[in-house]
Amino acid sequence: MEKEILRMTNIVKTYKMGGEDQVVLKGINLTVNEGEFISILGPSGSGKSTLMNIIGCLDTPTSGEFILDGRNVSDQSEKQLSKIRSKEIGFIFQSFHLLPRLSAKKNVELPLIYAKITKQEREEIAVNTLIRVGLDDKLNHRPNQLSGGQQQRVAIARALSNNPTILLADEPTGSLDQSTGKQVMELFTELNKEGRTIIMITHDANIATYANRIVKILDGYLSEGDEGDA
Amino acid sequence: MLKESIIMSWQNIVGNKMRSFLTILGIVIGVSAIIALITIVQGVIDEANSQFVDLGAGKITIQAYGTPLKRGLSYSEVEELSTIENVSGVTPSLSISSSIVREENLLEDVSIEGKNEVFFRESKDIISYGRGFNILDMESKNKVAVIDDDIQKTLFTGEDPLGENILINGTNYTIVGLVNEDSSSDIMSAFGSTDSNGKVFIPYTAAMNMAGVGNITALDISVSDTNFMDQVMDDVELALNKAFNYKDDSFNVINLDSMIEALETMQNMFTTMLGGIASISLLVGGIGIMNMMLVSVSERTTEIGLRKALGAEPSNIQVQFLIEAIFLSLFGGLIGVILGLWISYAVSGVIGTTFKLSTSAISLGVGFSAGIGIIFGWAPARKASLLNPIDALRSV
Repeated sequence: MEKEILRMTNIVKTYKMGGEDQVVLKGINLTVNEGEFISILGPSGSGKSTLMNIIGCLDTPTSGEFILDGRNVSDQSEKQLSKIRSKEIGFIFQSFHLLPRLSAKKNVELPLIYAKITKQEREEIAVNTLIRVGLDDKLNHRPNQLSGGQQQRVAIARALSNNPTILLADEPTGSLDQSTGKQVMELFTELNKEGRTIIMITHDANIATYANRIVKILDGYLSEGDEGDA
Repeated sequence: MLKESIIMSWQNIVGNKMRSFLTILGIVIGVSAIIALITIVQGVIDEANSQFVDLGAGKITIQAYGTPLKRGLSYSEVEELSTIENVSGVTPSLSISSSIVREENLLEDVSIEGKNEVFFRESKDIISYGRGFNILDMESKNKVAVIDDDIQKTLFTGEDPLGENILINGTNYTIVGLVNEDSSSDIMSAFGSTDSNGKVFIPYTAAMNMAGVGNITALDISVSDTNFMDQVMDDVELALNKAFNYKDDSFNVINLDSMIEALETMQNMFTTMLGGIASISLLVGGIGIMNMMLVSVSERTTEIGLRKALGAEPSNIQVQFLIEAIFLSLFGGLIGVILGLWISYAVSGVIGTTFKLSTSAISLGVGFSAGIGIIFGWAPARKASLLNPIDALRSV
């Protein structure tokens, strides 16, 4: 029996827009086990970003229960959510979001600073994770000295540095050309084989197939899709 | 954690050099204005103060015009003044302008100062070479003279003047001493003729003969214990009233200590007023910092969102922006201190006052700028810490 890492029960998220309540997520049920690579596939406006924010503990659901690694996240304070994000979630964004003035190494160290890891340990971890994503010769390069693919690798290394429970990727190939995107996806597959739990959000059905499980989101409802053939 | 925040703030300030510089300019101007104004005013007042002290702390200056029937005081009345309790000595003072001759050289417009031995006893360090008058000179009416640097330079270039003779108004005087430049003034001459070609001190009795007057109209009273200043003043006024038969406007008693006090009050007023004016520019500088920080926050919403996503707590973000604001204003404050001191140093050189490093002005400048950083950095830092990470991340 695999360990259950995430369980969402009847998650509803409502936004107030122009004085009107807009229900974006209409009762989401989702369970993710440790070591899974799951794609959440949906067009824009389907509510997938909102779902990602809730999974990433950037936002809390209006109602429903969200258990992450055995802890109920639905009713945590902002400070506690920061701690959960720091420990449990490794974010990877479409537009990388690297800090332009910091070297690759310093960028990777950033989450470790907030996790209050000592300087010496930070550097060691940063170097090791950058080696892991194949950037051993780019440690002191700044983002603008790196290609898009390399930048996304730095971002992946940053997401990995805290050894999070879940890697949460939002359109990780959205800003990359096809071949670079493919390389990034292959890195994801490798990481998954090493035992990483990965949740990837995308609108691209081809990319979604790298996962070994696909769920589709449409109009705020989630439905299990076909098994991927990674 | 704090160290990292400091490093990050520093990197951001250095990363925006031009903008950071323009932002802190307001603080620089404000702090340097405060420091320069305070230091300069202090220097000027201190200078005036020390001149007054040189001239006569513990000294009462009397102008005894007298009445139409009785011009000035007689010798015996002056003697009587010196017996007042706590009076350590009385120096009659008489200043006339005359020409002096040494061998073939004539020097015109020399200020001839009539003094007695008390003057040289009370004005310590005034003699730089030789001696002043003593009681014997006064009693035996010796024709002795003490000259100042100017006379020494013009009439005795490269020579030892001691024992030499000069001719003043037809009488030969033997030079017994030399006074140094700065201390050769008293209050009357300080406010009076300063464009003379030099100064010669002779016993006041001789000066009175030379001027053809029989009474003393100006004198200084030295007070041994300044705590009894008021008492001595009263006694002196009583004695003078008696001497002049209680006639109005027959004399004038000036207590230098009270002038020094007035000067100090003036200094405090000036400092407060100028400091107040300069702090307006500090306020403007503070608003500049606030503006820069607000721009910085909205410019870096993505970064803030990202940091939050990576586990930064709101307080981490707030501290980082606050540190940045404090850094900016402290940096401006330090430059302002240096600039302000430099300006006051330059100004003190130009107007001829002594430059004194004022620690209170420095701590005021640094404290003020740090305070401004905290006050005007608070709101932007708070705004940054409350940003929603989702909105921030999605803005790109």
